[in-house]
Amino acid sequence: MAAKKKPDVKSNAALNTELLHAMLLQRRFEEKVAEAYALGKIGGFCHLYIGQEAVGTGVMSMLRPDDYVVTTYRDHGQALARGMTPRSVMAELFGRADGCSGGKGGSMHLFDRNLNFLGGHGIVGGHVPLATGVGFAIKYRGGDQCIVCFMGEAAVNNGAFHESLNMAGLWKLPVIYVIENNKYGMGTAESRASSIQHMYKRGDTYSIANAEVDGQDVFAVRDALADAIERARTNYESTLLEIRTYRFMGHSMSDAVSGTYRTKAELEEYMKRDPITLLKNKMNAAGELNDARLADMEKEIAAVVQDAWDFADASPEPPPGALYEDVLVETTSDSPVRV
Amino acid sequence: MAIVTYRDALNQALREEMHKDDRVFLMGEEVAVYNGAYKVSKGLLEEFGEMRVVDTPITELGFAGVGVGAAMVGLRPIIEFMTWNFALLAIDQIVNAAAKMLYMSGGQYNMPIVFRGPNGAALQLSAQHSQAWESWFAHIPGLKVVAPGTPYDAKGLLKSAIRDDNPVIFLEGEMLYNTKGEVPEEEYVVPIGKADLKREGGHCSIITSGKMVLTAMQAADLLAKEGIKVDVVDLRTIRPMDVEAITTSVKKTNRAVVLEEGWEICGIGAQVVDYIQRDCFDYLDAPVIRVHQADVPMPYAKALEKAAKPDVPKTIAAVKKVMYIEA
Repeated sequence: MAAKKKPDVKSNAALNTELLHAMLLQRRFEEKVAEAYALGKIGGFCHLYIGQEAVGTGVMSMLRPDDYVVTTYRDHGQALARGMTPRSVMAELFGRADGCSGGKGGSMHLFDRNLNFLGGHGIVGGHVPLATGVGFAIKYRGGDQCIVCFMGEAAVNNGAFHESLNMAGLWKLPVIYVIENNKYGMGTAESRASSIQHMYKRGDTYSIANAEVDGQDVFAVRDALADAIERARTNYESTLLEIRTYRFMGHSMSDAVSGTYRTKAELEEYMKRDPITLLKNKMNAAGELNDARLADMEKEIAAVVQDAWDFADASPEPPPGALYEDVLVETTSDSPVRV
Repeated sequence: MAIVTYRDALNQALREEMHKDDRVFLMGEEVAVYNGAYKVSKGLLEEFGEMRVVDTPITELGFAGVGVGAAMVGLRPIIEFMTWNFALLAIDQIVNAAAKMLYMSGGQYNMPIVFRGPNGAALQLSAQHSQAWESWFAHIPGLKVVAPGTPYDAKGLLKSAIRDDNPVIFLEGEMLYNTKGEVPEEEYVVPIGKADLKREGGHCSIITSGKMVLTAMQAADLLAKEGIKVDVVDLRTIRPMDVEAITTSVKKTNRAVVLEEGWEICGIGAQVVDYIQRDCFDYLDAPVIRVHQADVPMPYAKALEKAAKPDVPKTIAAVKKVMYIEA
């Protein structure tokens, strides 16, 4: 088979700086989120993305604005990477009127229609069929967009996953299913939950192209996406990517970072492959980054994150009347529509 | 007016709305090549092609979710369940996704989708295929729940459901598909949320919906022969419920029987009785009586099944009881 020409995703200084900035923003933002959670400014469940930033960042950096994204409840980092403002995300976490979902969704349900960010969803695997449906709609309209569906590795044992992949393989839909394998479904190791350890191979069952990707390396993620996007845009074909990563925090803010299900030693071993450190090292080696430039970037990001906090803190609570709003919409038009 | 079966009335509604709006598509098991398990979608594949009339694998959770995803990005799916009994596999998509998307997105993603199919018991299909699901879905804010009992209402309400910008649960009567009734040749819709006084009489109100409308009408005919005249209030829509139609009738008759196909506990009748006690307390001349399925899974044996189902004799007995007439 002739070698396929890949889209040019080679690193360059400007791009690398953008990627580093995006990942650092997510990291510092979520460190601030942890602080706000400890102070009781954020309630409910709150699942941090720390350690996994290269996955969302690499994926989003390859998408067009008119592509679609749907994800899980671990959605803060991906929301920022897709372009949602730190202010609107933080205000949502604070449960305020200026939040991206008007304070009604919270941490697990970040939505932004303008960015085709179809939400964080709270039922493991439950959103995977939605992505398949978006893929169906793209093909129905003859478009060349794709949809990326993020899920944790625990979702692959769920019926919704298998039903979705079967239809996507059967009907040929432009869906990129991204398994973020962080090794643990809450506290259950993948080896204790899944009969197959290389879950990307599950794509074979449904005639879906598949690959395993190093999720700590933002460039590996970008390369994998380039292939998957080409398949989606040109042939309406799906891809299943198993992107291997590691979460440096507990399952949620209410869970222990390590303990009965994983050791501190294991955590420390994985933290040596912090995706941000790996990118920094690469940029340092290429002469694209130095201490002064990094310090400037950190300073700028710290200000952005503090601004998000201040904005969220000052944003009003949703008005009492909001309680009964957005349950149903008024049906406005019954005029004929041609696609 | 033409005399049309309930099945063909639904078929007409699908065909007309698919002609009107290219975003509307039908998806489900056996809807295309097989022409529908109950032939509701007969001829649609030929007319609209395989992109708009889509056969699915037997995968209710999956294709219900496909509908939800497609609705999020601007299509208007009609998701057919071969029966609502199978929809339990998809209930996460209906309740956790379709019903809540608008609210949890702060008003950004509405959900123009119809979930439809036959509901309730047919004949001797036993426990897993003989269930009425009205109360399950009517419990959920964010859904509309419709249960037409006549061909006229079936067509008019399905057209409204397809045009609605919200998720609509459309419960068809499995035993109604062959029933016939008048359906206008010209375009019409029946609005969601409006009950219909199917029969007028001053002695007692029978409040019902869906397949039980037929039962109520048959009971009313027999009661009339004994000089007992009843209102039959057909709710048509379970959620939002037309409370005014209920209370207007009960304030006139001062007596009410609530007839439903499903089980008693937490059933639709419980909600109707609550509206009656709130608004008609001083008007009642007798406690309200409910007629419903026996509180058991549906048995297979003919006599046991008959004993379990609400029917005309049980409805007549209930009316006589609220009128203090010795049976």
